[in-house]
Amino acid sequence: MTQIRNFCIIAHIDHGKSTLADRFIQKAGLADERTFRDQILDNMDIERERGITIKSQSVNLPYRSSKGEEFELNLIDTPGHVDFSYEVSRALASCEGALLLVDATQGVEAQTLANLYAAMEHNLTIIPVINKIDLASADIDRTREQIEIDLGLDSSSALLCSAKEGTGVDAVMDAITEMIPPPSGSPDEPLKALIFDAHYDNFRGTIVTCRVFAGKLKAGDIIKLMALGTTHKVEEVGVFRLKRDARAVLSAGEVGYIIAGIKTVKDTRIGDTVTLASNPAPEPLPGFMEVKPVVFSSIYPVSSDDYRSLADAMEKYQLNDAALTFQKDSSAALGLGFRCGFLGLLHLEIFQERLEREFDQSIIMTVPTVMYKIVLNSGETLHVDNPLYYPDPVNIKESLEPFIRTRILIPDKYMGAVMELCLSRRGVNSRFSYPTPGRIEIQFEMPLSEVIYDFYDRLKSTTQGYGSFDYDILDYRKSDLVKLDILVNGEKVDALSQIVHKDRARERAVHVCDRLKDEIPRHLFKVPIQGALGGTIIARSTISPFRKDVTAKCYGGDITRKRKLLEKQKKGKKKMKMIGSVSIPQSAFVAVFKTDEKEK
Amino acid sequence: MHVPFCRGKCPYCAFYSISSCSLIPRWLAALKREIKMSSRFLPETCPAFDSIHLGGGTPSLLAGEYLAEILDCLRSCFRIGDNCETAIEADPLDITDEKAAFLKAAGFTRVVVGAQSFDERVISFLGRRHRAKDSIAAVNVLRDAGIENIGLDLIYGAEGLPVSAWISDLDEAVSLSPEHISCYCLTVEDGTVFGRLASKGRLKVSSAEAERELFLAGSRFLRDKGYIHYEVSNFASAERHMSGHNLKYWRREPYLGLGPSAHSFDGGRRWWNKRTVRGYCESLEAGDLPLQGMEHLTEEQSALEMIAMGLRIRVGFKLDEVILPWIDQQGVDAMLAQGLISCAGRIIAPTVEGYLFADRLPLEITK
Repeated sequence: MTQIRNFCIIAHIDHGKSTLADRFIQKAGLADERTFRDQILDNMDIERERGITIKSQSVNLPYRSSKGEEFELNLIDTPGHVDFSYEVSRALASCEGALLLVDATQGVEAQTLANLYAAMEHNLTIIPVINKIDLASADIDRTREQIEIDLGLDSSSALLCSAKEGTGVDAVMDAITEMIPPPSGSPDEPLKALIFDAHYDNFRGTIVTCRVFAGKLKAGDIIKLMALGTTHKVEEVGVFRLKRDARAVLSAGEVGYIIAGIKTVKDTRIGDTVTLASNPAPEPLPGFMEVKPVVFSSIYPVSSDDYRSLADAMEKYQLNDAALTFQKDSSAALGLGFRCGFLGLLHLEIFQERLEREFDQSIIMTVPTVMYKIVLNSGETLHVDNPLYYPDPVNIKESLEPFIRTRILIPDKYMGAVMELCLSRRGVNSRFSYPTPGRIEIQFEMPLSEVIYDFYDRLKSTTQGYGSFDYDILDYRKSDLVKLDILVNGEKVDALSQIVHKDRARERAVHVCDRLKDEIPRHLFKVPIQGALGGTIIARSTISPFRKDVTAKCYGGDITRKRKLLEKQKKGKKKMKMIGSVSIPQSAFVAVFKTDEKEK
Repeated sequence: MHVPFCRGKCPYCAFYSISSCSLIPRWLAALKREIKMSSRFLPETCPAFDSIHLGGGTPSLLAGEYLAEILDCLRSCFRIGDNCETAIEADPLDITDEKAAFLKAAGFTRVVVGAQSFDERVISFLGRRHRAKDSIAAVNVLRDAGIENIGLDLIYGAEGLPVSAWISDLDEAVSLSPEHISCYCLTVEDGTVFGRLASKGRLKVSSAEAERELFLAGSRFLRDKGYIHYEVSNFASAERHMSGHNLKYWRREPYLGLGPSAHSFDGGRRWWNKRTVRGYCESLEAGDLPLQGMEHLTEEQSALEMIAMGLRIRVGFKLDEVILPWIDQQGVDAMLAQGLISCAGRIIAPTVEGYLFADRLPLEITK
């Protein structure tokens, strides 16, 4: 156990986390240059494109230090977004130390700071590493100064490296062995292992990734998942070395996987404690929490014929995403579909992208919403997460909506702009603190519904990327809610309805009408778009019709081109949803809850 | 047959042509070779040709002896029907008494004069070298030489001129009693001088609304004068004066294209020649057909083309068993209700208003 080190890498997007991880993997001899598919740890397309890690992953790196000692380094890769903050906290809880990676050309940035605080909360040993020193624009002195002043860390211990060139990487690995303490905990105590990730494998079922804090575990053991109370027989244990590497035993201090005939990831919980059924731990590891969806949206197949295929895809998708919840739903405009619950908007977007790319589904998503509580005159309380089921206003006694406490961390010069943003989103009870000079932490109590669309995007653009944001759910508070309906060519499109605060209704209605005007193509007739509260129209826009659509000449050489264009247009049309006689593209349904580029 | 030579490139034209006439002899040799080679590939069952069309480019700039050589070569290699429409496109400046007499003698039955406009403002805007009087003279000279089917090509929508200017332009054209008039809405195309100017915002173009008005006013005027508006941009004084050649495209009948960048169609396949004169000549000089590409059309593609082409012509298309599976009846009903098409005796045809949406209608009425 003295030769084990468990660590993670904290970095802002693009500061070279994946490149450094790749170097470690290479140094450990797990893969050579050619077998590298770009950056190995971020292996979902979407992760690579967005430069973020969505799932926690780990890799076990054998390493011989410059002093000739043999080590096993466990690198635990953590997700980098507020939607997955619980997963991050469990991954951090599995480490003893963290590398704080800073790009020498960019310096310290917002996300670095937020992640650093999270790491500090878990009492991790922090090793600052200054990366990209090979670049001409690298400013090492300034970066050191920022580490010292902005982060309050001792910059004299900061290491210099270029993950891209490979310089300084050995020193970083040596520092991990020298500065990060080995794990504690005894292999002789009852088993306590923390689940920080689970993913689904077609052949083996759910593969649980965990950190063993006490005791040991081997194939044949009967394990108990303490929060769920379920038991499973262990088929295999081992560590990840890019592929699974089976071991006879996993014992205290180690990070590895368990295969135990667990059918789906839903049968496990991130943060749960694994113990042995025969000799259970007296109490589980601290910090377990059931993660609940906070954002809800319905999905429908673009073509109603594809409902079956969508249902199959959802089943498969769910095998690997325990946080997703869903149930059947149906809309007058869009037919059969599913009502889904997500951890946040990023979770929702990832779901949508993966469903389209990996499962080849063309889907329409409705405006995301939160869960409202509606108290009826009869005294009954409804939980409404779908505008379709919003009751008749005459029956409503009062409405409540969920509030959150946001923590926003920014350089102090953006304070005015961020205050304005929060107040415009109905923020109340602000509080301020100054964690480090030049930085300010703003806390606000806000309705959750105000942050789920575009708040994070707005915050980032307002602070030029320096703002970081996190929140906790507080409670339900009384609110003045209305249901906004959207009519396209006189027909109500139920899938575009939203529940909104009365004061924000007009603004949202105008936004939706404008966006639909941009997204819905011209037709041969005029298409009016209206936003309505009950029978009152509060916003409108009009799509003017085609006046003419014909090319003057169509002779021998033009026919093929013309047909190809038609084929393309027909394909596009198939991806649209017919509402009455109006074709609405998929993108329109998404656009209504996205921030306008020009509004940013 | 594509004759890819012009004296100069017009600023609005996107057809392939070159102004280097030194290549003409080489092109002619290659063309004759192509004619001979193609004739060997024609199936036994191929009926006699009933239309020969020399398009361009500017075929009229070819010397009489070259034109004669081409026709002779065609006649010796292919079976040509007795009443074969033999047409040529002509620049007004090329039509001298001598040329007109030659065309008649060589057997040309139809001459299309590229007048473009009789309004000097429009002619100069279009960068043409001729004047209105040259076009008038050309028509008269052709008439005197005994050419019985004379066509005029006109362009409208230039310079934001009002409907009244377009109607007087048409009136001028009609006074010459041409058998055929093509009215093309000025289209700014990529890869042309106008395209470049327009992308820099330096070309005055008409709005869709203005083009629509010009189109409808022009159609009404010519129909009042007795012309049949038989295709989006084409009018004929009588059924027999319609362009037999162009109707083949719109009715999806087979045709053989010769010359650089020419397209051919045999009912199921379409193929096209190398685009440049040089590439075209090199292939033939090496003993190969100058084939650039070919497509085999699926049933759906054929049906889609049939529908798209049918919606450009007054006679429309027939809802037969080949077409029917691809038709969306709801779409048809909606277009009928909007007065953009008519449907009688299982024939769907565009109305004059429907011509304005000929590119849109196929999307609306197909599945």
